[in-house]
Amino acid sequence: MAESRREKGWKHHLIVVTLIVITIIYMIPLFYIVNTSFRPWKDIKQYPPKLIYQPSIGSYIRIFTARSVLAPGVELSDEEKAGLNWAGRIVLRDTNERITRLGDLPKRYLNSIIISVSATLITVIMGTMTAYGFSRFKVPGAGNWLFFILSTRMLPPVVVVIPIFLMYRTIGLNDSRLGLILLYTAFNVSFAVWVLKGFIDEIPREYEEAAMVDGYTRWEVFRKVVLPQSVTGIAATAVFVFIFSWNEYAFSFLLTRKTAQTVPAWLPYQMGVLGYDWGAAAAGSVLFLLPAMILTILLRKHLVRGISFGAIRK
Amino acid sequence: MADIKLKDIYKRFNDFTAVSNLNLEIRDKEFLVLLGPSGCGKTTTLRMISGLELPSEGQIILDGEDVTKKRASQRDIAFMFQLFALYPHLTAYQNIAFPLKTQGENKSFIDEEVKRIANLLQIEHVLKRKPKQLSGGDMQRVALGRCLIRKPKALLLDEPIGTLDAKFREEMWSELKKLHVDSGSTSVYVTHDQMEAMSMGDRIAVMDKAVLQQVGEPFEVYSNPRNLFVAKFIGSPGMNFLDMQVVSDGGSISLNFTGDGTRIFISESLQDGIKRRYKEGRKLVLGIRPEDLTLEPSDAVNSFHGRIYVVENMGNHKIVDIELAGGTTLRVRVPPKVKTEIGDNVAITFNMEMVRLFDSEDGESIVYQEHS
Repeated sequence: MAESRREKGWKHHLIVVTLIVITIIYMIPLFYIVNTSFRPWKDIKQYPPKLIYQPSIGSYIRIFTARSVLAPGVELSDEEKAGLNWAGRIVLRDTNERITRLGDLPKRYLNSIIISVSATLITVIMGTMTAYGFSRFKVPGAGNWLFFILSTRMLPPVVVVIPIFLMYRTIGLNDSRLGLILLYTAFNVSFAVWVLKGFIDEIPREYEEAAMVDGYTRWEVFRKVVLPQSVTGIAATAVFVFIFSWNEYAFSFLLTRKTAQTVPAWLPYQMGVLGYDWGAAAAGSVLFLLPAMILTILLRKHLVRGISFGAIRK
Repeated sequence: MADIKLKDIYKRFNDFTAVSNLNLEIRDKEFLVLLGPSGCGKTTTLRMISGLELPSEGQIILDGEDVTKKRASQRDIAFMFQLFALYPHLTAYQNIAFPLKTQGENKSFIDEEVKRIANLLQIEHVLKRKPKQLSGGDMQRVALGRCLIRKPKALLLDEPIGTLDAKFREEMWSELKKLHVDSGSTSVYVTHDQMEAMSMGDRIAVMDKAVLQQVGEPFEVYSNPRNLFVAKFIGSPGMNFLDMQVVSDGGSISLNFTGDGTRIFISESLQDGIKRRYKEGRKLVLGIRPEDLTLEPSDAVNSFHGRIYVVENMGNHKIVDIELAGGTTLRVRVPPKVKTEIGDNVAITFNMEMVRLFDSEDGESIVYQEHS
């Protein structure tokens, strides 16, 4: 007994160590980005990289601003220097630049939020209702329909983006938020239907029948009995759909330019007069990661069960 | 509370007929048990009464009103499901209050009613718990509470205690029956367990293969089964069956046991029944319950000879298995003090009043037909 327990403990430790190693491997890129975002301008391109440095938020200021470089030899007068705010002083010290205006990040960020949140909401609402229909009613050719809606996921975005581009140009959806919302919704509904159907299939029909006998209509049953019980599935689906829409690059890159451009499509363009601004790109990436991270942490309770696609029996 | 009439009901699922030509009347305040093996159509019948399924043909009349096409929510009927179907995201209290909430009753009234029901079912102490934290018996009571709180026109129960363990089930029988009487509801109860049906039903409706076989009070169904199916399905241990052949002896009819030729002389009314339908040489099945047989070492008429090969001692009685000639087994119920040694040769005497005869082809009872 004692021996087997010791062996068990040994195995347990091995699993923990393995998990730690895997986690570290996954965290390296993230660590690298965060690290880069706090390096001062001078240190970023240094090779070999300095292990110890004075952290700076200069990169974060640069990703938020548009600046002009002072001509060589030109220096600001003391009076002008005194007129600078804290951000201006940091920029001047780091890159000898002057802030001219607020950059594009807030606009792009707002685009990303509006598009991702709208697409997620619409997808989850449509997906839940469709999944409920497929799960509970006899839909003629249900198997074919389910396969058919999934087929929208079978082609990589790059393949379909040209026809969609032409379609969107004709109907005036190019470079519009609505265009991306519709596209992301169409792309994700199939996924949502499949995942949610699994969840709803698992809810015994008796609950609904009991509620119907007790005086609920089908619609009330859906809202008050089915929805509360599929919260887990809906939350998991919402996280996946949000992350997909939030990270989506190819469509956004090709279908938007100014008004509706999202963060992923905009982020790589950090070319300044002084060369590519790795610090600003890293700082932008960190800011970009936050919403998905926060959402995932908030809904992590549901995710553990949700990721198994409703396969676990009670 | 109300009576329920089912008229010429058919229910078909694609090619499969689940219920065929069903006519059944459930009286006001009656406890009717729908009994039958699984797949016989009893649950489908219950679901049609509730409105969860619509009949393919026929009419359902509830309290004088035709509700055939009405939705479940409009029929004012309560349904108790096999697995209780308590809403897992609601507490016991909220579960019981649910039907009143759907009707938009005010909070203080709901609270009063929930407390009244909880008191009736003695579940006040579990009201704050979620279904997961309830024992089987408490889940059962909460589910019942949810059904009763609304004072529905009828209470439909679909094998609601099938999943509980044996001892607890018997307690539940009397509890449910008492509740039925207290609440004064019309109840329809579906089960495949004939003991449960006998112990609870005011009347029992036996179904098999989508067809209603017989409706009657428990004793009626037990002592005068309409056909071989009902005779076999009801009673434990079951009825004994012997293959017989009709013999005509001048004007009188008697039966020959095909096993060893033992002659059985039967009552005049049975003779008349046979005369009217069958000719000499026709095969019939004789049915007799174990308690209507006695072990008497006599050479009286109408007695069979056989050898004891199994004795089950049940405490207040014994069940003795006796092998007759031709391999037929008779099960006899005897008082505990009767001497029964395995291997003994014994004579068995029939209580002729309780002999039932069935057509060997369609299984119909001759006695039942004579009485109806």
